[in-house]
Amino acid sequence: MFSRSARRRASNIVFVSACSFATLVAVGALALIFYSLFWHGFSGLNVKIFTMDQPASGNEGGLLDGILGSIVMCALGMIFAVVVGILAGTWLSEYAGGSRYGNIVRFLNDVLLSAPSILIGLFIYVIMVKPFGGFSGIAGSAALALLATPIVVRTTEDMLNLQPGALREAGVALGASRGLVVRQIIWRAAQTGLLTGGLLGFARISGETAPLIFTALGNNAHIHQLSDLTRPMSALPLIINQFANTAEEDLRNLAWVGALLISLAVLIVNIAGRWIAQGARKS
Amino acid sequence: MTALATASDKRIVRGTWGETIFRSLCFSAATLLLVALGGVVISLIIGGWPALHTFGFSFFTSTEWNPVTEVYGAAGPISGTLITAFLSLIIALPLAVGVAVFLVEFCPRVIAQPLAIAVELLAGIPSIVYGMWGLFVFAPFFAANVQMPLSQSLNPDGFWGHVFAGVPNGVNIFVASLILAIMILPYMSAVFRELLLSVPQQVREAAYGLGCTPYEVVTSIMIPFVKRGMVGVVMLGLGRALGETMAVTYIIGNSHDFPKSLFASGSTLASTIANEFAEATSEMHTSALIACGLVLFLITFSVLAVARLLLSQQKY
Repeated sequence: MFSRSARRRASNIVFVSACSFATLVAVGALALIFYSLFWHGFSGLNVKIFTMDQPASGNEGGLLDGILGSIVMCALGMIFAVVVGILAGTWLSEYAGGSRYGNIVRFLNDVLLSAPSILIGLFIYVIMVKPFGGFSGIAGSAALALLATPIVVRTTEDMLNLQPGALREAGVALGASRGLVVRQIIWRAAQTGLLTGGLLGFARISGETAPLIFTALGNNAHIHQLSDLTRPMSALPLIINQFANTAEEDLRNLAWVGALLISLAVLIVNIAGRWIAQGARKS
Repeated sequence: MTALATASDKRIVRGTWGETIFRSLCFSAATLLLVALGGVVISLIIGGWPALHTFGFSFFTSTEWNPVTEVYGAAGPISGTLITAFLSLIIALPLAVGVAVFLVEFCPRVIAQPLAIAVELLAGIPSIVYGMWGLFVFAPFFAANVQMPLSQSLNPDGFWGHVFAGVPNGVNIFVASLILAIMILPYMSAVFRELLLSVPQQVREAAYGLGCTPYEVVTSIMIPFVKRGMVGVVMLGLGRALGETMAVTYIIGNSHDFPKSLFASGSTLASTIANEFAEATSEMHTSALIACGLVLFLITFSVLAVARLLLSQQKY
């Protein structure tokens, strides 16, 4: 029927078009999602979003309390994640080597990294919300901290491993102790990489909803965000979740605005992180 | 002279103290990770124990989930979790391979990098945004353009009628799997791409030199080269799909029954927890939900362990 070469050429064409089609689907999905986000969310974007608290249906309002709550909880979570994550990552890279305990910690960090975020929320509920009698901003921060830490650990270890061994030897040859070499030379050489880890961690937790539902709960009683961490706290993803599930048109539109804001924020942080990481790898 | 010596001795002594403190700080931070994970497991076991103890094996086999009569069987959510995860994997796997191959082999250099980044950014969009998009944009479209025509043209008593039976509102197991597939696709294709890039240039060039078509180079040289690593990536994608919460909660319909058709509503372990936990009033209800969390943890943990095992044997 067909010659062997014609058959091979045909199968190749089919394969190449199938691969192109797959890429088209993936990029198309991204485009479609952003199209919907802008279509539904952009028109609602105005100054009030950033200056007013969440409204009851039918009233004017914005997302200020959610934005503030998200910033506070993410910031607290990130402080913990960066401190613990960099120290733990340093231990894995500089001290653990191929030791048995090091490998166990590395594996457990991977488990934490890919554990469903809702389970982290359950854990914080059991150890913080239930015993201390209530949902709180601090519990939300703890859940977010636990989600960001493994990412910082992973990036820190990778970035420190990228630093050449000669750099460490040079430091030790000058008479510096191991810890001094790590703090003064290796950390400094890897600082952009460490920053990337922080940014990636931040990008992950800023959109997290599930672990906040039963730790921070959400709050519509005006601003406690900046003053009282022991009370339920509002967060942008929580407001989106709550408003998307209502039947009120105006609240739903507000949810779309929130979704647009949060997606853009995550995208910008992600792109910044990648950009910085690329610079770090090149230098 | 002696004064100088003592001064430097002191500094050395202080140096070693600082050294020990710094080292133990790093060590404690690493150990904190172990404690955290241990805490997660222990708290899930303790919290879920009352439910597991009361309902025993029927917790895994019964589909009766009734907060009023306090009877909880998680067979519906468990099967829903497994079905949606595997369906999404079946949809996402060929697409992810296609995207990775396209970016590595066929795409012009200039647009390969931006395209790769665009696909990876898809992975960063928060789950809840996928959920909203699925519920408000995709589900109505799917209901009007796929479910309605199908339900009108199929005989409801025939085989295909049963497979595609369901309320035509676009909120069902299949749509949830589709959205899940879109969510795990960028992640899988990014790692596939790294794997394919790890194939030595000489091997590929040798194959091309023998006169292979790109199709043959990819399927008989490159993919076999990274096979084990690919299985690992598939498992990681599966792990993600299993634990995904908000997006699924929005579009799976949240019924605790065993899903009877592709277009039936269902629930997953994660969506059940997300929906009911904040409103659970009785001890047993809370405990049953935490037990769901424990089951979910065990499933994702075993998937991840297998993935790590396979990936660690593949150098890339």
